[in-house]
Amino acid sequence: MGSRASTLLREEEIEEIKKETGFSHSQITRLYSRFTSLDKGENGTLSREDFQRIPELAINPLGDRIINAFFPEGEDQVNFRGFMRTLAHFRPIEDNEKNKDPTASEPLNSRTNKLLFAFQLYDLDRDDKISRDELLQVLRMMVGVNISDEQLGSIADRTIQEADQNGDNSISFNEFIKVGNLQHIYVWAGDHYLILTYILLSVLQDCLCSSV
Amino acid sequence: MACRTCLWLLGTTFFTCTVRLVVEGTEVGATQGSHPEPGVVGSNHSQAGGGHGSSISGIQIVTFKWHHVEAPYLIALWILVAGVSKMVVELNHNLTSVIPESALLIIIGWILGGIIYGADKMQTFTLTPTVFFFYLLPQVILDAGYFMPNKLFFSNMGAILVYAVIGTCWNAATVGLGLWGCWLGGAMGDIDIGLLQFLLFGSLIAAVDPVAVIAVFEEVHVNEVLFIMVFGESLLNDGVTVVLFNVFDAFVSLGGAEIDAVEIIKGIISFFVVAFGGSLVGIIFALLISLLTRCTKNIQIIEPGFIFILGYLSYLTAEMLSLSAILSIVFCGICCQKYINANMDERSVTTVRYVMKVLANGSETIIFVFLGISAIDPAVWVWNTGFILLTLLFIFVFRFIGVFLLTWILNKYRLVPLEFIDQVVMSYGGLRGAVAYGLVAMLDENKFKEKNLMVSTTLIVVYFTVMLQGITMKPLVTWLKVKRAAVTELTLAEKIQNRTFDHMLVAIEDISGQIGHNYMRDKWHNFEERWLCWFLMKPSARKSRDYIFNIFHQLNLKDAMSYVKEVRATHKVRESHDNLILQDIVPSVCLDMHEQDLTMRESEDFNAHHLLQQHLYRGRKQVLKHRYSRSHLETNRDENEVQEIFQRTMRSRLESFKSAKMGVAPAKKIQTKHQKKDKPQKVRGEGTFSPFLHVRPHSHPLIGNVSLKKHYDMMKMYGNHVFDTIPLIPVQPLPQARPPQLRGHQPPVVCIIIQSHSKAISRICLILENRLD
Repeated sequence: MGSRASTLLREEEIEEIKKETGFSHSQITRLYSRFTSLDKGENGTLSREDFQRIPELAINPLGDRIINAFFPEGEDQVNFRGFMRTLAHFRPIEDNEKNKDPTASEPLNSRTNKLLFAFQLYDLDRDDKISRDELLQVLRMMVGVNISDEQLGSIADRTIQEADQNGDNSISFNEFIKVGNLQHIYVWAGDHYLILTYILLSVLQDCLCSSV
Repeated sequence: MACRTCLWLLGTTFFTCTVRLVVEGTEVGATQGSHPEPGVVGSNHSQAGGGHGSSISGIQIVTFKWHHVEAPYLIALWILVAGVSKMVVELNHNLTSVIPESALLIIIGWILGGIIYGADKMQTFTLTPTVFFFYLLPQVILDAGYFMPNKLFFSNMGAILVYAVIGTCWNAATVGLGLWGCWLGGAMGDIDIGLLQFLLFGSLIAAVDPVAVIAVFEEVHVNEVLFIMVFGESLLNDGVTVVLFNVFDAFVSLGGAEIDAVEIIKGIISFFVVAFGGSLVGIIFALLISLLTRCTKNIQIIEPGFIFILGYLSYLTAEMLSLSAILSIVFCGICCQKYINANMDERSVTTVRYVMKVLANGSETIIFVFLGISAIDPAVWVWNTGFILLTLLFIFVFRFIGVFLLTWILNKYRLVPLEFIDQVVMSYGGLRGAVAYGLVAMLDENKFKEKNLMVSTTLIVVYFTVMLQGITMKPLVTWLKVKRAAVTELTLAEKIQNRTFDHMLVAIEDISGQIGHNYMRDKWHNFEERWLCWFLMKPSARKSRDYIFNIFHQLNLKDAMSYVKEVRATHKVRESHDNLILQDIVPSVCLDMHEQDLTMRESEDFNAHHLLQQHLYRGRKQVLKHRYSRSHLETNRDENEVQEIFQRTMRSRLESFKSAKMGVAPAKKIQTKHQKKDKPQKVRGEGTFSPFLHVRPHSHPLIGNVSLKKHYDMMKMYGNHVFDTIPLIPVQPLPQARPPQLRGHQPPVVCIIIQSHSKAISRICLILENRLD
């Protein structure tokens, strides 16, 4: 258990993580136990293989991209702090946080940071713009094999047309933010809000659409 | 439409004829056949009872031997009638989406009861407790247990237990005491009843009924957590109901004076004994079933029979030991599902699943029809406005209070709190059903002078909850949800983004282990893998347990089938010409399309939206709707999606692995750029190979010069199973400009050889072939 001891979570660490990410104590300990169960090599960090071992991610179209989002630029290992930092983006925004110290830096799960996270899923070369190619790549990942390249290209063009405002044929972060109807991002994964929205849409879809 | 009206007419005529026959049959039976049936050749004098002696006038060519077949004939006839009623009910789908089936069946029961009563002047057929508890209920509960989503059930077990035990006790106590208080206050007039009887009545009317709950929630799609809460509660509260019923029954027999602390303590102890004892019996039978199926390789044709017999036996055994029979059969179903699905042949599994659904549906239909029929019997009707109205009020109000109270307490401990809407739905969905009626019919008339009043009240409560609450459930849910989320017109960008977010959130959920990895679960999982699976599963079954492996397994087996089904079932036009834009047929009705129809004139835009609508992969949440359904078996429609995504992911991971090994840049990059760098191989735990891992050294065209150790790392990456991937053809990029008729076309060949842990190495080679050939 020698190598284990150094990776056990200490109280000070929990406090730091709490301050940085806003998770509660119990949430942090639970996520820590999840972290350790994923960490098969027991060296206190997760590599890509550890993530890839989660079977459900293999059948998620964006799985690999999201795995990459956990790893900071150029690194192949993520420790618990980094893990929590990424997960913190998905913590729901609480009302009392809005009244907190306005001079403090923006919390990790603010709307802007959530959108930034999503933006970075698209924008691989980190040039702060989603080019047509990058959009095409993401679209291709999310769509079946039944759509040809031309069709996909036209969808991508149309999407950029809708969102682009300064005419540079790519979507910048500001334009990305303005794409409406993003209530979903206020949801912690598994929260019923998202599920309810889903259900409503899918109920309506199912009742009325014959082939989806 | 003509077909439908014909069926409708046919159904009604059949009904009437059947019922007439039944009625006449009973008349014949009842009055000893003093008149011969019309249309019978010759008459059998000996059948007309009343001592005609044995004067036979000659050989009878055909005789009408009603008594000979009376009992089984009536049973079969009633099953037929119930089946036909269900058919009649299902004729109009619009009707069933407004009024739940169960309500319609009850109405049909009323009609039938009316006919029978009119013919017989007494109700010859009622739902007797024996028939109900021994012959109708077990299948329904076995079905519930067998198809229970285990993972979900056990991860919410704490909350379910709280609702089932504490909630039911609360309901029983409050209803009983409330009614007693009102009786003391004189709201019910003069009835011969006491506190203990009120408490007993409260305990049997308090329990939420699984049959009714399923029947109503079938039409209302709620999220899976909510569903499992209500469903689980309805199943587990039987433990409490049985105990309370027996305890109060005994108390009533003892009389009020004999009750002291000892008896009360005995009552509490009996709860634990009954509940845990029942579950234990169920688990023992589950073990038996699993063991049996392990050894039935040579008699696959009667394998399915064992499941049903042993399930039923578990029910009866628990009943014999005065433990909770419902808990027993539920746990039997829950615990054995995994092992029997693994052990039995594919066809046996399908048979079991299908037959179970048939039996459960049949039982449920009969139960509801008879619930209706039993009402048409003036002998049992005693009307006491105060009692009835107060009961209705109390069960409704106290259910709400109880659920909200308990949820408030639970939310402090839950990671994902239950929302207000969920609580409303849960309270409103607490339906009472046949179990309550069965229990009340079992009461002894001598001890309970007001038995008929209780029976009437129970019937009214059942009708109220099943019909009114059932009908209004769906509109209520829709109304509540519509207030929160309005469906607005979405632009393409919004749609894509929403879907991206959905996938993202699902992925984060999986990463953070929403369903949870905790110490106990891991321990149980390890224990189960090491001991239980070894004991209860056939060796060949053990290998196919892995989820990912299962996908491939299914692919292998049903590949061609599903492909063909796909081609047939899809509505898309398969055109081979090059005009790809106008490829797809717009479905007949689609909400989004109508909305956008109004604002978008360009056909291209329209088609773009429509294309996206059709082809965007659905997030997992949308897929998990029919987790448990009485009338539908799981569908395979999403397998193709899963297939595609999985193959793509695996291939890209392979590519990156290969490129990392050999510095080869793959032809088409769809991964992030970091993977272009050489991944330093962190070799972990080299000394801890499993001793069972036998890998033959391979040299194959593309990974030939990679050392064995790195090979091991790649394999260990995929967990217990060892993947040795050998692309036989250089992997090509995704199909680009292909005609859509090749939907379901698989990317070129990836051959995966999987080696398992077992001592006998077995190689299973799955080849996903290029479907172009």
